Amino acid sequence: MSGTFPTLLRRDLARLLSGGRGGALLPVLFFLAVAMLYPFAVGLDAPLLGKTGGGVLWVAALLAAILPLDRLIEPDLELGMFDQWALRGISEEGVIAVRVLAHWLSFGPPLMLAAVPASALVGIGASTLATVEWGLLAGTPGLAALGVLVAAITAGLRGGAALGGFLVMLLAVPLLIFGAGSLSTGGEAGIALTAAVSLVLLAITPFAGAAAIRVGRQ
Amino acid sequence: MQAGALIAKGIACRRGDRILFAGLALSLAPGSALHLVGPNGTGKTSLLRVLAGLLPPAAPCTIEWQGSLAYLDGRTALDEHLPLAEALSFWSALDNSPPPPLERLGLTRLADIPVRYLSTGQRKRAGLARLIGQQADHWLLDEPLNGLDAEGTALVEALIAERRAAGGVVIVASHQPIALPGAQVLDLRDHPA
Repeated sequence: MSGTFPTLLRRDLARLLSGGRGGALLPVLFFLAVAMLYPFAVGLDAPLLGKTGGGVLWVAALLAAILPLDRLIEPDLELGMFDQWALRGISEEGVIAVRVLAHWLSFGPPLMLAAVPASALVGIGASTLATVEWGLLAGTPGLAALGVLVAAITAGLRGGAALGGFLVMLLAVPLLIFGAGSLSTGGEAGIALTAAVSLVLLAITPFAGAAAIRVGRQ
Repeated sequence: MQAGALIAKGIACRRGDRILFAGLALSLAPGSALHLVGPNGTGKTSLLRVLAGLLPPAAPCTIEWQGSLAYLDGRTALDEHLPLAEALSFWSALDNSPPPPLERLGLTRLADIPVRYLSTGQRKRAGLARLIGQQADHWLLDEPLNGLDAEGTALVEALIAERRAAGGVVIVASHQPIALPGAQVLDLRDHPA
């Protein structure tokens, strides 16, 4: 079964990029909409915008990552896909790891691209934008892992999507502190810590998510 | 294959606090069939899922299959928004198998229709297409006749007969009468905790 994981990845990407309800476009539009609304809300105070704009982009990215949450795991559980994979000896851990990669590809790079026009909307300079981009590169993989993990834990619960969004927001606090914190210190330390949090989440998610799905079978 | 296609001993199953059945032993030779009967809630689906390895048994037991397994229940495991042929091709790619025989299942006309538009019976046929496409040795079927018309029922019976002729074991949980020549019948009420 050499082609198992490429086949899974192809399906996940097709589903997340285009599979109805806006696909990958919705989080990007949401992200840009927040960046556009922010100057209206605080007024055209250039120094204030320049100081806070980067943080707003971080919050917008976090919220945008929540949007696809209910499409990550729940539909496949309802369809019985996980049972069929298990019968074929494809581990839940492998499926979840592929799902994290697909989820990141469907929102991480698009958000990093959208951050360029968004930086103009919130009025931050090129150097701040560079810090935001590095921070997003370090932080979005962790956000993707967290999203898949929370989706696996809350799948099948009533109101699971709302609970899931809330959980992601709470658990993403360390990412936000280090990621957005790198803006004020202007530095590599914050980005390195963001990457460290991401790595921890990436390492935990396949095992914790798989365990959640196996418990859900009973 | 002398040892039999399935040897299972001491299967017990629990749902919540209730033991559904216990001390169940099964021995099925290649080509045999087992028909699970009994009222709702006696554990037919649970037994199938335990045998498939999807549900942990309530007590340590041995379940030994010789060969690969396929499992069909009320869910199609096909992507709802994709055309039927495309949704099936995902499993063909995973299983490294040729596309399933749509014509035989009466699905040729539906190949380009998204799965979400299929009727109950058509979904069942689509699920059967996925099952056949897997080319597994043994089949576990949970209510395979639900939603099927008379022609579909005959088709399922013919498919089961073919699988058994090829040396596969077929275990069916079904309320509806289903023609399984020479099948053992197991009523789970005979194995109380």
